Amino acid sequence: MTRSRPSLPLAPPSPRLIQWVWRPDPRLWRVPGGSPILGRGVTATAVRILGIETSCDETAAAVVEDGRRILSDVVASQTDLHARYGGVVPELASRRHLECILPVVQEALSRAGLGLAGLDGVAVTYGPGLVGALLVGVSFAKGLAEARGLPLVGVNHLEAHIYANFLEDARAEGGGSADAGAAVPRPGGRDGGACFSSDAWPCVALVVSGGHADLVYVEGHGRLELLGRTRDDAAGEAFDKSARAMGLGYPGGPEVDRLAARGDASQVPLPRAFLEEGSLDFSFSGLKTAVLVYLDRCRRRGREPPLADLCAGLQQAVVDVLVEKAFAAARARRVRRILLAGGVAANRGLRAAFGQRARREGVEVFIPPARLCTDNAAMVACAGYYRLERGVRAEASLDAVADLGLGSDPYHRLEG
Amino acid sequence: MIGLAFSLESPSPERTQDLGRRLGSLLGPGDLVALVGPLGAGKTCLAQGVLSGLGVAGPAPSPSFVLIREHRGRLPAYHFDAFRLEGPQDLQDLGYEEYFYGPGVVLVEWADRVAELLPPDHLWVELELLPERERARRVTFSARGPRSQRILEELKRICW
Repeated sequence: MTRSRPSLPLAPPSPRLIQWVWRPDPRLWRVPGGSPILGRGVTATAVRILGIETSCDETAAAVVEDGRRILSDVVASQTDLHARYGGVVPELASRRHLECILPVVQEALSRAGLGLAGLDGVAVTYGPGLVGALLVGVSFAKGLAEARGLPLVGVNHLEAHIYANFLEDARAEGGGSADAGAAVPRPGGRDGGACFSSDAWPCVALVVSGGHADLVYVEGHGRLELLGRTRDDAAGEAFDKSARAMGLGYPGGPEVDRLAARGDASQVPLPRAFLEEGSLDFSFSGLKTAVLVYLDRCRRRGREPPLADLCAGLQQAVVDVLVEKAFAAARARRVRRILLAGGVAANRGLRAAFGQRARREGVEVFIPPARLCTDNAAMVACAGYYRLERGVRAEASLDAVADLGLGSDPYHRLEG
Repeated sequence: MIGLAFSLESPSPERTQDLGRRLGSLLGPGDLVALVGPLGAGKTCLAQGVLSGLGVAGPAPSPSFVLIREHRGRLPAYHFDAFRLEGPQDLQDLGYEEYFYGPGVVLVEWADRVAELLPPDHLWVELELLPERERARRVTFSARGPRSQRILEELKRICW
């Protein structure tokens, strides 16, 4: 792993720091005398943040304007590479991040129609994740910010997932397609695609991915409290490991989702772990074991396991627990809004189940479009925008934090 | 060197965890426990017991996705998972030496995938699923050196 600052053969330096386009937007800049990101006396409205994400599989960069409009969103997926190994290979991941980071950032700027001079700040994921992988993004972002004199902020990967809900789906295709998520109520929206806004706090957020099943109470920007988490396997891990046992490809989640759509969950009833009364924690390892036992039983009886039914049963069992606990958390905190986030939020069964329950309980559920659920840098740019707006700045010593917890904010200070 | 080995049957995940707790209470700085067995055999379950025996409070979720989780009990404890690693060379990139030869206790799930890199003296624990008994597991401990031999003698004493 090299920690040296990368060279930047990007656009030539220019004294222009911001876009002097006069587009007043009273929503954003309430601070008298200027913008909290750009500084006093600067009243330009379009603030463009470059987001960089390298915490796990994906090398990603994006430019987001005003924390909402995606100008570009580039993801160099490493999944093809990992498929051969059935998982994330850290050494390969770091090397690939190093190879990808510069072209990915260049592509993000070019698709946004900007040079480096068009940027107003840089946001980078600094944890949690693999240290080697995170360091590629963090080093790059530090170098870039320092070279250009741009404000820099580190972002928690989990928090960033939640902020995917703030993004306008600028490139939504055909109004939701066959995605069951289209049935989810979205308040006040154009095309049923309204995004979350700062006025809608507080809420409960459910972040579900390969490494997480976390329930978070969000009181406002930067005020997050962990309500529950998995005690053993994450939601995505339950899918990935069961898929591995069934001999399906990696990543297992989308494959389970695809097969489940034509299976019958009632044919393979699997256990649901709700844990003690009132607990908002999760446990999915028993489910994985139940799938293994079921497969083993089929093998012993010499019959082919009905994979579609098994996937449907597995998906239903995971979804039931997630829905139940998320709505229980919303009741406990007396909030009427639930945000979904993380790669598993792309699961169609999950989206449909949340939509149905939301209608029944009169709760608003926000789900980002599928491509913003999986790891991307637009969500990082968005979360970074709101952190920069609050005056949060990375220290020069910013470093990757593999086990970064929600609510902890090392290597940052608040600027007045 | 392979020394003392013994095997026992745990009837349930709760008992497997309790077994781990007893083992955890015996571990000291620099000890490494290698956990081996197929998916769903109870490696994480046993590891959670060990961590609890080391005085780690709170949940200790599976490290499969993040590869390493660090905990603080009466000693530092490092919970590794080689499930997603292709082989020993991947572990090297994680800077494993700092953990394996550091002041804490190390647990390694799927240790058979990185066996070459394990320090010579470690405790090897194999978990097996038992046919037609969903909750039960066979757990086999083997000492691979004098230090782990002493731990195992003590464990055998408090388990019988």
